[in-house]
Amino acid sequence: MGRITLDKVTKKFGDVEVIPPLDLTINDGEFVVFVGPSGCGKSTLLRLIAGLEDVTDGEIRIDGKPATDLPPAKRGLAMVFQSYALYPHMSVRKNIAFPMKMAGMPEDEQKRRIENAARALNLTDYLDRRPGQLSGGQRQRVAIGRAIVREPAAFLFDEPLSNLDAALRVGMRMEISELHKKLDTTMIYVTHDQVEAMTMADKIVVLRAGNIEQVGSPLELYRNPRNTFVAGFIGSPKMNLIEGAEAKKHDAATIGVRPEHIDVSASEGAWKGRIGVAEHLGSDTFFHVHDTGLAETLTIRAGGEVDLHHGDTVFLTPQADKIHRFDGQGLRIS
Amino acid sequence: MATQHSRSAARIMISPAVLLLLAWMIVPLALTIYFSLLRYNLLMPGTERFVGFLNYRLFYENPAFWTAMLNTLLLVGGVLIVTVVGGILLAILLDQPIWGQGIVRILVIAPFFVMPTVSALVWKNMFMNPVSGLFAEFSKAVGLQPFDFLTHAPLASIIGIVSWQWLPFATLILLTAIQSLDSEQMEAAEMDGASPLSRFWYITLPHLSRAITVVILIQTIFLLSVFAEILVTTNGGPGVASTNLTYLVYARSLLNFDVGGGSAGGVVAIILANIVAIFLMRMIGKNLDA
Ligand SMILES: Nc1ncnc2c1ncn2[C@@H]1O[C@H](COP(=O)(O)OP(=O)(O)OP(=O)(O)O)[C@@H](O)[C@H]1O
Ligand SMILES: [Mg+2]
Repeated sequence: MGRITLDKVTKKFGDVEVIPPLDLTINDGEFVVFVGPSGCGKSTLLRLIAGLEDVTDGEIRIDGKPATDLPPAKRGLAMVFQSYALYPHMSVRKNIAFPMKMAGMPEDEQKRRIENAARALNLTDYLDRRPGQLSGGQRQRVAIGRAIVREPAAFLFDEPLSNLDAALRVGMRMEISELHKKLDTTMIYVTHDQVEAMTMADKIVVLRAGNIEQVGSPLELYRNPRNTFVAGFIGSPKMNLIEGAEAKKHDAATIGVRPEHIDVSASEGAWKGRIGVAEHLGSDTFFHVHDTGLAETLTIRAGGEVDLHHGDTVFLTPQADKIHRFDGQGLRIS
Repeated sequence: MATQHSRSAARIMISPAVLLLLAWMIVPLALTIYFSLLRYNLLMPGTERFVGFLNYRLFYENPAFWTAMLNTLLLVGGVLIVTVVGGILLAILLDQPIWGQGIVRILVIAPFFVMPTVSALVWKNMFMNPVSGLFAEFSKAVGLQPFDFLTHAPLASIIGIVSWQWLPFATLILLTAIQSLDSEQMEAAEMDGASPLSRFWYITLPHLSRAITVVILIQTIFLLSVFAEILVTTNGGPGVASTNLTYLVYARSLLNFDVGGGSAGGVVAIILANIVAIFLMRMIGKNLDA
């Protein structure tokens, strides 16, 4: 079980309010991702849940029981740190065994769990090494192993993949997702990488300056961003946000069109422009289009290989039903 | 780039320094060994002659020798235990966010700047003196007989004085080591359910092992040759109760004017130092490997 409820949780460091009163419910078995720009309070929120920071005000409940004043160990949560935080002088085996040893678990049960975790995480051959003798990905797996053996009510991850290279990141991303499917345990995952958020999450929580901007499934956020911040933050490349006369035509202060929702043509369309940078990835082609008569440079995504290059003139047409409209406060008009 | 080349160049470059150091070490060592094989007493000038290992035998057969040997080891061991244990506790204390941290840290380091002779005299006259010392005053205040530290527990008193001098050094090194401990490791241990005591035992202490090793090795070198503190407090007495090897060599060569005997003692001290060094490196040297 791992249902976590935050009720008006507030955090101040001195006079600075990092998390204004915040309500959030995380259901049992959910994979929740906190995203947001650097410094928005993602780590702080996670550490509040973990118990590593004291809340200034409000209440945290885990499975319905008040946990606000419980020490971290009593909350039944396991955390994987960005720096892995392995114990450098202990072997991998001892690292994984540590939480069980602290809990006074019988030796044979410890052994069984270590073996299971090692098998699940491909660590069997490394059990007697020290963390210093492992690669980044292996260390990450040890950190996860140390969390798994406790059979926690929920896992907390703080940017666990940010120290890994791109290829390994994709691999570990899949492994963590698979682990979640297998264990079916609540996971809370902090990242500022929106691709990780989109691919892994059941539910994304978008944070800005400690405030929750929107909560929803990845596709909900993609389809119906509640405001311009979420619109710009979710989706890659970023949504084109257009202000001024063009927005007025749609009775809005700002309109947003995703790069993949703009049709490109060499002969006709709503906006005429000139291609600046063209990024040919093979599977996709991204164009940055200038001189459209709009103040903003537009980003366009064309599927597959498209034979247009720097300096070419193109015509662009936004798909009418995919235009998002926002009012003067940046809120969505539906 | 050819490392072979740069390596031999490096060797040539550092050779003058190495040779100088070697001469610096070899000449006194050779002279000491040479003197130790002579009958050489300043009270009988002109009678120097080769006597083989007689000086060593006399030094060894001296009843004070074994006491001095034991005292040396007790002094080193005692001070090491006090400074390492005390240093760890103080370092942990100083690592806490307390009010006036900067001043407290300077106060803790201060004893290190006091000359050994001065600090020993201060301890002897102002604290341990059975008539006018502070400790005597305390005893009298609670109605006890004042304790004459330097007469009844001379070695322990000297261990106390020397520990007081070396505690800052140990504290300082251990404090920097504690401050380099990754806070996420502590938090991970906290989440893993480790009590403060287990966190100290399983995380802090292993993290400190290298610093502790450095403290032990460096202090041992200096503690084997403690001299000033003994000279100004007990003069090695009562009897030989607080005589260590260094003091015995001094007593031999400068109180008895016996250069040959003193030199033999010096060589014995060198051998003891090496035995201790080998023993230490065996025991804790592996902590220094990364
Ligand atoms: N111990 C602290 N004392 C004072 N301010 C703090 C402390 N920890 C964090 N903050 C502040 O709280 C805010 C949120 O920090 P937090 O670490 O939660 O950001 P984050 O969203 O995790 O950012 P990042 O993506 O860069 O990790 C920041 O402005 C930071 O300066
Ligand atoms: Mg963070």
